[in-house]
Amino acid sequence: MKDAYFASMTNRKKVLKIANFILLCIGSLLFLSPLWWMISTSLKTMKEVMSFPPTFFPTDWKWENYLKTWEAAPFDLYTINTLTITILVVIGQVIVNSFVAYGFAKIPFKGRNVLFAIVLSTMMIPGFVTLIPQYVLFSKLGWVNTYLPLVVPAFFGGAFNIFLLRQFYMTIPNEMIEAAKMEGASHFYIWRKIGIPLTKPAMATVAIFSFNGAWNDFLGPLLYVNNENLYTLQLGLQVFKGEMNTQWNYLMAGSLFVLLPVVILFFFFQKYFIQGINLQSGGKS
Amino acid sequence: MAELLLKNINKQYDKSIKGNAVTDFNLHVEDGEFIVLVGPSGCGKSTMLRMIAGLEEITDGEFFLDDKLMNDVPPANRGISMVFQNYALYPHMTVYDNIAFGLKIRKTNKKEIDRRVREAAEILGLQDLLKRKPSALSGGQKQRVALGRAIVREAKLFLMDEPLSNLDAKLRFQMRAEIAKLHQRLKTTSIYVTHDQTEAMTMATRIVIMKDGVIQQVGTPKTVYDYPENVFVGSFIGSPAMNFFSGKIVGNRFVSEGIELKVPQDKLAVLKGQGYDRETIVMGIRPEHIKMQTGLKGEPRFEHLRAKIVVSELTGSDMLLYSSIGPQEFIAQVESRTIVSPGEEVMLGFEMDCAHFYDEESGQRIKAEERLLEKISV
Repeated sequence: MKDAYFASMTNRKKVLKIANFILLCIGSLLFLSPLWWMISTSLKTMKEVMSFPPTFFPTDWKWENYLKTWEAAPFDLYTINTLTITILVVIGQVIVNSFVAYGFAKIPFKGRNVLFAIVLSTMMIPGFVTLIPQYVLFSKLGWVNTYLPLVVPAFFGGAFNIFLLRQFYMTIPNEMIEAAKMEGASHFYIWRKIGIPLTKPAMATVAIFSFNGAWNDFLGPLLYVNNENLYTLQLGLQVFKGEMNTQWNYLMAGSLFVLLPVVILFFFFQKYFIQGINLQSGGKS
Repeated sequence: MAELLLKNINKQYDKSIKGNAVTDFNLHVEDGEFIVLVGPSGCGKSTMLRMIAGLEEITDGEFFLDDKLMNDVPPANRGISMVFQNYALYPHMTVYDNIAFGLKIRKTNKKEIDRRVREAAEILGLQDLLKRKPSALSGGQKQRVALGRAIVREAKLFLMDEPLSNLDAKLRFQMRAEIAKLHQRLKTTSIYVTHDQTEAMTMATRIVIMKDGVIQQVGTPKTVYDYPENVFVGSFIGSPAMNFFSGKIVGNRFVSEGIELKVPQDKLAVLKGQGYDRETIVMGIRPEHIKMQTGLKGEPRFEHLRAKIVVSELTGSDMLLYSSIGPQEFIAQVESRTIVSPGEEVMLGFEMDCAHFYDEESGQRIKAEERLLEKISV
């Protein structure tokens, strides 16, 4: 009887499908567990956080933790600060990189490939190597304690995003650019009217990556911003980290606040996100 | 409306590599002409077109449009519009916006844009498609939009770079006629690039045949077909291709392996006059000038030979006989009602008045020198 059931092709497929589904569920739960740990910690009392053995679910659901967290520091101000930086960075990255990428992909000029290789090679330099010289430079410019060191570099392009967008531009046929040129369009006009609309998915990817980077940046603000009024959310979370003890429940609640926009963004733009990753691996969307 | 003059145009892509993409191109195009540049791929025809458009620099030589030197004028200011092989439509714009694109850049006022776009749409039968995006169009419709974009600008000169090669055979046939009709209506000087000799023959007022960057022959379709200047032109223009036999003139006959054909007096005089007696030469004759013997008896201009049929191919209106005489293989184009079977031996008549003779080394047609012609006509 049992053997007969498995002999049927459709039945065998059905069983496989169910097994697959269960495996995937287990995997997802495994990957979601740190997030759950964060949520559960944010809802516990400090005493329960420290208790051993740890509890998987809070015994007492302390929803007021969130309110207390929000009131522990001027998080509304920090949110505005972080948003200001992030929006400026995203604007800079998206526009400037798209512009540069168009040039590398569609305007032939002497030394283009060499220049492009140089741009790409900057990706090989670890950020920490340039950290100190950069700090010296910005401090000499008198930019410390302003957002300029965090925002201005975004308007000078980033190798990775240039590469990403250039690959996308390469897929636009040259004839389309030439046709526009013959109609009297300048490169700037072509970039604006043809380039941007046709590279929207790639630009969205760049926007998401830059948003992510700027929103989550901790080191940059830590280095350049000392004035508490200029603090970003990531810096603000430090208030829960004392020298002696850390208030894990509030820190987790705060982190969840900070995490939220990124998660929401991902939900809405996951199509572009995945397309962008696909682009990097050389696949065409 | 425009007159074109191309003087000693050369194009070299890479100075370090010897050899030109285009060599010493000379052409004078009259106002309203429809010139077709034809040749195998890589012959420099597209490069030539792109130089006229201004998309490629002219390495050497001069290009005049209406007596104005154009070498250094940017593409947009030349008053030329171009249709590309893959249509180059902007996928995010509607048909209307695609056609209006060039006018918008030129800041033409909205009413005028609307008038011109609608006029172009009417000429091309695109009225109902104006709101569609290119992705919702068929190949033929896309090509029509590309044409619309070209004509709406009221340019002096149209350039078309293999505009029909992405279409299927039937549509190509239809669009060919449409482009010809469009030219008759607008009378804009046009230069059309193709590798398809049928397109060249049917559309051109004059054909320019190119090979390896060099012009092989310029002439009306009829001249080019009836009097190919060299072996290449003979083999390239016309389908199926011209048959070629390599042989010698012995007495009053052309002798090749297994073949002996009497050469008409006038042709013989030219050949002998130029010292080709007993020299190796190449004879070219088109398939339609080789007929089945039936019904031709007594016609003196046919020279008959016995040939073996290898394969017969019915094209519909005609039949192609792939035939052989000894080691020589050739094609005869005969009536479709002819009944022959492979392996059969038949008599084929060669219409020697239509044969051409070429120098073996240079491949050039051996023709009467001017003064010889005069003598004959006197």
